[in-house]
Amino acid sequence: MRTTAELTRLELKLFIRDPMTVLFSLALPVIVLLILGGVFGNEPGELDTGGPVYRGVGAMDYYVPAYVALVVVSVCLISVPAHLAGNRERGVLRRYHASSITAWQVAMAELGVAIVISAVSVVVLLVTATIVYDFVGPWSIPIVLLGFVTSTLAFSTLGVLLGAVLPTARSAQALGMLLWFVMLFLGGAGPPPEVLTDAMRAISTATPMWHAVRVMQHGWLELDPDGSWLILLAIVAIGAPLAVRAFRWE
Amino acid sequence: MATRVGPRVALDVRHLRKCYGSVVAVEDVSFGVRQGEIFGILGPNGSGKTTTVECLQGLRRADAGEIDVLGLDPRTEAGRLRQRIGAQLQESALPDRIKVWEALHFFSSLAPGGPDWRDVMERWDLGGLRNRAFSTLSGGQQQRLLVALAVVNGPELVFLDEMTTGLDPSSRRVVWQLVRDLRDQGTTVVMVTHFMDEAEHLCDRIAVIHGGRVAALGTTAELIAEFAGRSEVTFSTDLADIDFVRHVDGVATVEQDGTRVIVRGTGPVLARVAAALVAHGDAPIDLEIRRGSLEDAFLAITGDGSAT
Ligand SMILES: Nc1ncnc2c1ncn2[C@@H]1O[C@H](COP(=O)(O)OP(=O)(O)O)[C@@H](O)[C@H]1O
Ligand SMILES: [Mg+2]
Repeated sequence: MRTTAELTRLELKLFIRDPMTVLFSLALPVIVLLILGGVFGNEPGELDTGGPVYRGVGAMDYYVPAYVALVVVSVCLISVPAHLAGNRERGVLRRYHASSITAWQVAMAELGVAIVISAVSVVVLLVTATIVYDFVGPWSIPIVLLGFVTSTLAFSTLGVLLGAVLPTARSAQALGMLLWFVMLFLGGAGPPPEVLTDAMRAISTATPMWHAVRVMQHGWLELDPDGSWLILLAIVAIGAPLAVRAFRWE
Repeated sequence: MATRVGPRVALDVRHLRKCYGSVVAVEDVSFGVRQGEIFGILGPNGSGKTTTVECLQGLRRADAGEIDVLGLDPRTEAGRLRQRIGAQLQESALPDRIKVWEALHFFSSLAPGGPDWRDVMERWDLGGLRNRAFSTLSGGQQQRLLVALAVVNGPELVFLDEMTTGLDPSSRRVVWQLVRDLRDQGTTVVMVTHFMDEAEHLCDRIAVIHGGRVAALGTTAELIAEFAGRSEVTFSTDLADIDFVRHVDGVATVEQDGTRVIVRGTGPVLARVAAALVAHGDAPIDLEIRRGSLEDAFLAITGDGSAT
């Protein structure tokens, strides 16, 4: 526990010292918010066929909780794997290993860093959104917080899994980016789900991000989460032991 | 688990074997390290030194063999073992942006009960660099920090793998002295090196590893006596016939190249050759002896050159 806390503190300090990573983590969701918000406004939409878009709520009401999920996904899939793989490549993990730090402790420290950075990034996002747009406040703050933590758990599990198996920082970054892009467009924080083709929708619902968006919209907008909570928890339950088993120190 | 722990044995390894796929890195290595000694592992590149010590630290899993380190088996008790040993790995690094003091503080916080990290920082002459980020240190400074981290947890046994790589000659001397101080305070040191002078200056005993096996083991003096016992006496002379030198006690060969003569032999060969020369009316002013060095012994053991 003490080791995990010390390692988290250290990794957090080091993260903050890397200006590009910090800028990226904080600016990216804000940029997405301003661009997509500018495009879609906050009117509830209607399809040509007559059905509602944005699950029947205003565009901004739909997107704000979705962007909270996007923040988590960005931090966990872009920063975490590249950071882990980079530490492996340079021999930092070997150094940790020799000092009896375990794979669980490394994974927990990555989770800790992801939670703190995501939380700060979410605050920046919400402050910007509040200044620029009108949107409804959260329906249930506890459920929103729970959704945030559950999503971060699930995505940092995926991030550690990627970082655990990919050999180099470059490959980890490339794959993380690729997944992030797919999820940006199909995960529910890009085009509203109602305008996607059936094939796209099938991919959408298969992306973990879709479920993070649903969970956040559950707490924020009181929309039906279906099985999304369970799916995120399953990712943690199955992914975490897998990531720790697959973890390579060099 | 091996149970040959005597009161004075820090480490004992029998028939260690380790392969990487089809590459046999360590074929059959056995040796014991006594508590409180500096034990050297000397060998050419690729002979299996690093693999050996990494198996002993539980960083790699040995394929076969009995290993006992401080009474623990690194294959099943690696976690507990690593609490009690210190490691400077041949290939490792710290995060670019970590500061010197943070690294010492962090690694010492992992092992409560160790020495004060500030003392370690001063002793290893890192105080002046305390706020420098790891990536801004020179190679030698980085190495010094990595060696200091190996002792910041107050280990009973330290593994040092090519610790003076990248150090300039004066830092090497300083680090050698620090390693001796460690030993004098009771820490057992196992050090891998391919530098002869380092092994000769520091190690109480040396195992020479060649092709994944222990080719020789002993003190520097023992290795030299066994593998480079011949001395080489050289001088110049105007004497036309020096055949008498061949009959001097202990002389094995005599080579003559113009006026230059090289005599090889064992025992007090310098005194005897000198006496014979004087008796024959010559007293060369450039009479010199070169005794076998650790390097000669090493070359003889590893078969990379001809021994004198
Ligand atoms: N991780 C590895 N994977 C495959 N082969 C390796 C690995 N590490 C070392 N080897 C090989 O094992 C042999 C012994 O290497 P090593 O133990 O590093 O020797 P030394 O430290 O004496 O230079 C060499 O042939 C080396 O190429
Ligand atoms: Mg080596």
